[in-house]
Amino acid sequence: MDVNAVCEERNLTLLLKGELDHHGAKGLISRAEREIESAVPLKLVLDFAGVSFMDSSGIAVVIRCRQRMRELGGSVVLHRVPQQPRKVFEASGITRLVAME
Amino acid sequence: MKRTENYVKIEFLSRSSNEGFARIAAAGFAAQLDPTLDELGDIKTAVSEAVTNAIVHAYPDALGRILLKMRMTEGNVLELTIRDWGRGIDNIDQARQPLFTTGGTERSGMGFTIMESFMDRLSVKSSPGKGTTVVMRKRIATRINAGK
Repeated sequence: MDVNAVCEERNLTLLLKGELDHHGAKGLISRAEREIESAVPLKLVLDFAGVSFMDSSGIAVVIRCRQRMRELGGSVVLHRVPQQPRKVFEASGITRLVAME
Repeated sequence: MKRTENYVKIEFLSRSSNEGFARIAAAGFAAQLDPTLDELGDIKTAVSEAVTNAIVHAYPDALGRILLKMRMTEGNVLELTIRDWGRGIDNIDQARQPLFTTGGTERSGMGFTIMESFMDRLSVKSSPGKGTTVVMRKRIATRINAGK
């Protein structure tokens, strides 16, 4: 999974690209945590436009990011989520906790 | 048991790099039933969950064998069997509960919930120390004017 980080003011956007499964989830979580540590954002945007597949590992990534952002008093938003990952998020109920725009 | 129209068996090592391979193999086989993109997404997701469970939980400290059997039966039904010979599950009911996990922070505990909601039927059989067999079925709707 490729990650591109863009930080503007206190908004950190992580542009995700590729398949998000268990194989890549650990690396993505540590990358996201590193980017959050250095940017200390108020808002974390996870952009899924480039995600071609996602299983429940993506839910774990979002939950981890949400925990970290709450510790900093910030929030997480999911952007441009394609149909397949959207269905996984909706089945998990996480859309009640994290905004999907 | 319904009549088998076609089947494939694939055995692979419990390396996480095989998660993607198992999904592609399942999508390739299921393509014969002319599924919609949405149905194909459901099948790939369910296979990914079951194979990941085997990799993470059946063989936590070693590499082991995983068997993926895909069967097509009359009535346009796809049956997927994911079998391992690993540690087994002590309490299946508990394992199937949403959010229950014995995995690390990179697991969400939603694997069985996703398999259940994306497939029509899910059965899990396991004996501690001997392994686990997950069987999932999904009927692929026949589309009018679909090319054969």
